[in-house]
Amino acid sequence: MAGGGLLLSFRWTNALAAPLPESAAGEVSFNSYLSISPDNVITILSPNPEVGQNIKTSFPMIVAEELDADWKNVKVVQANLDTQKFNRQATAGSGAMQHSWDRLRKAGATARLMLMEAAAKRWNVSSATLTTENGFVWHKESGRKLNYGALATEAATLPVPTEVKFKAKKDYKLIGKPIHNVDNAEMITGKPLYGLDVYREGMLLAMIERPPFGTKIKSADVAAAKAMPGIVDVVIFKDKVAVVGKSTWQVTKARKLLKVEYEPDGAVESTTDHDRLMKQLLDKQDVKPSRKDGDVEAVFKTAAKLITREYQAPFLSHACMEPMNFFAHVRSDGVELIGPAQLPEDTRKNVAKLLGVDIEKITLEMTRMGGGFGRRQRSDYSMEAAELSSLLKAPIKVMWTREDDMRGGQYRPAMIYRFQAALDADGNWIGYRMRGVGVNSGNSTRPDHFPAGAVPNFLVDSIDHKSPITTSPWRAPSENFLGFAEQSFFDEIATAANRDPIEYRLAYLEKAKKSPVGAVKYDIDRMKGVIELVAEKSGWGKNKKAFQGFSAYFSHGSYIAQVAEIEMQNGNPVLKKMVAAVDCGVVVNLSGAYQQVKGGIIDGLGHALYGEVTLKDGVPDQKNFDTYRLIRMKEVPDVEVHFVESTINPTGLGEPALPPAAAALANAFFKATGKRLYNQPFTKEEAMKGGKFG
Amino acid sequence: MANYTLHINNKNYRVEVEEDTPLLWVLRDNLGLVGTKYGCGIAQCGACTVHLNGTAVRSCVLPVSAIGAKKITTIEGLSANGEHPVQKAWSELDVPQCGYCQAGQMMTASAFLSKNPKPSSEQIEEAMNGNICRCGTYHRIREAVALAATKRK
Ligand code: FES
Ligand code: FES
Repeated sequence: MAGGGLLLSFRWTNALAAPLPESAAGEVSFNSYLSISPDNVITILSPNPEVGQNIKTSFPMIVAEELDADWKNVKVVQANLDTQKFNRQATAGSGAMQHSWDRLRKAGATARLMLMEAAAKRWNVSSATLTTENGFVWHKESGRKLNYGALATEAATLPVPTEVKFKAKKDYKLIGKPIHNVDNAEMITGKPLYGLDVYREGMLLAMIERPPFGTKIKSADVAAAKAMPGIVDVVIFKDKVAVVGKSTWQVTKARKLLKVEYEPDGAVESTTDHDRLMKQLLDKQDVKPSRKDGDVEAVFKTAAKLITREYQAPFLSHACMEPMNFFAHVRSDGVELIGPAQLPEDTRKNVAKLLGVDIEKITLEMTRMGGGFGRRQRSDYSMEAAELSSLLKAPIKVMWTREDDMRGGQYRPAMIYRFQAALDADGNWIGYRMRGVGVNSGNSTRPDHFPAGAVPNFLVDSIDHKSPITTSPWRAPSENFLGFAEQSFFDEIATAANRDPIEYRLAYLEKAKKSPVGAVKYDIDRMKGVIELVAEKSGWGKNKKAFQGFSAYFSHGSYIAQVAEIEMQNGNPVLKKMVAAVDCGVVVNLSGAYQQVKGGIIDGLGHALYGEVTLKDGVPDQKNFDTYRLIRMKEVPDVEVHFVESTINPTGLGEPALPPAAAALANAFFKATGKRLYNQPFTKEEAMKGGKFG
Repeated sequence: MANYTLHINNKNYRVEVEEDTPLLWVLRDNLGLVGTKYGCGIAQCGACTVHLNGTAVRSCVLPVSAIGAKKITTIEGLSANGEHPVQKAWSELDVPQCGYCQAGQMMTASAFLSKNPKPSSEQIEEAMNGNICRCGTYHRIREAVALAATKRK
């Protein structure tokens, strides 16, 4: 548009860029991930959904590393869903790196060998005499070199080598470096990247009124809403009422005029019901253990000291900064889906089933996501878009408001844990029992984690209360609260045994190593490694100014130990600093890795301090950020992160930093005040009243 | 419906919308300026922050009828090519995670720095506290605001 020009009202701009940027001219493909053009543009497809975990940068780095490419010539492109080319295009369980590490390395390494082979042919020399460096193949003897672009066309026709040798860690030029986010330039200039930024010619907008949990529509009067300007239709489907119109604001206003009454359709539950039910289930008899070593009953009868503690957590909203939304265009010849999806393959399957359309007829374009945290593993919102588009025969974007997002379920399950420990007269830990109870939580325990192997009499079980309140994975499922509960409890055990918590932990890890009871499924040396590192870096026991609290946790293949430091200011405890030691194997992108650990810790602290969704008769009390409080800048302590030097294949990092954070804080809080925290959110606990945590 | 001429990023736009329409939705729905984000709609998160005559405001609660002849700047107009000191600092320190909150963060930061070019870290925290980052990029945001202050001429 020319400067000073006028733009007419109501014209959707084609805001999102074309599905795939034009390929660099004449580029040839080496494999699913990689193409190279004669003018030396190295295009690397990043297949996995990006939620802010930085996979779109770190995956291509691995291909480029083994290719010996010059990162400056690399163009990263987000792939669409393509099950022919890729598998596990998923953001879930911090598992992408573990799954794809070898595949990505191979994609780069095989192409590199093919480029060398092409150069060998061209120069008529043996490929053994060639080397690569920064995007060039070299024949050092003769001083000749060619860039990859010049060799690409020939190289791509050569057979793909089956044997490749990967680089040694010491030779890495990209991996382990702080490489900047490939979308930075677009993000800082406000370019369209997200699902909510999708606008298409003729597109309609829909907002949906959903029933309280456990209810269905009794009556709906939609006439007034339908008569509002800009409203195209009001559609009732599956006990939902969709207001469809031409602009967000017109739809927002019309929606307020809906008169919908609901009636029970199953259990209509409140938080008070869950509290009572979960407490009852804690005492349930004859539950099948998920792990049992030794004889817990016997040892609890004879123990010198018994400790029993309970920890409780509320539902949490994922509160992704970008609320749920999806674009669908159901046409007679196929279905176009665009939007945020952590499990795009599931989304497509679910839409295919819903519409009775062949999977091959459905395309799915993945947009960058304004956070995921597990929420976007569900397809509820994308299926809504598909259903409405099919009913109205128009391209439709469904948008959830923040209120819809917070009241629409898929919460972190509400949970309660009971822990029991038996100590003998010398403070030896001889028995351990733990039960998890949750609302739609599935198995809320990790039966093979520490102290499995270290304590001879051991019993873990879990009970799931089925409820109409929908839940879904929430960053570090179960572990997000289990980590707090368990690591707080271990601190109490060490205190009861009159031992230093770090020294006590290390002693029991050593015990599990020397004489394990049953199977040990965590790596004891890696766990000890991070504990020793955090002790050293935090000056554990030597810091006279601060009250320190310790925790250490293993999840998603990675090991993290943390120390929280509280100082007293004017008689109030203030959280000043968190120190973390991390073993996630090889660190792929140092900049992104720091972000994941710091962000995970902040997330863990923030939700433990403030987060809570409560319900009354199937309706959540919290609607928006005025009542659902997220942690803000002033409440964030300094965070210091140390990575263990490692040559082990990389493991998860999006989630592992979260679970231990709240426990480190709670254990430091105990040292500072003598009071323990058992229930989240902490700021509602009597013990924390008067403290300054934001 | 009413007609409005809006001065956005040094251009004039004419729109026909209902008078209570928040600026946020005029930008996004009518003008294709989607860099300004929706996060809460109730002035709690800062994702929708733009400048009105140089002052940071929440566009989700600013009705288009209240704007008059005032000048609006959005993230798209903060600079021509991302060379505003705040954008440079954001890029240099690799601030974004998911990135969704960052336009609002930068608009708050740039308005703040134009009023307080040499802020203390307490003042930075005070100014930025209204902007939520769900991903928790707060450390880098704080550093980036401080860095941007040194880049301003
Ligand atoms: S969207 Fe305006 S402050 Fe949140
Ligand atoms: S970067 Fe994701 S919300 Fe701030």
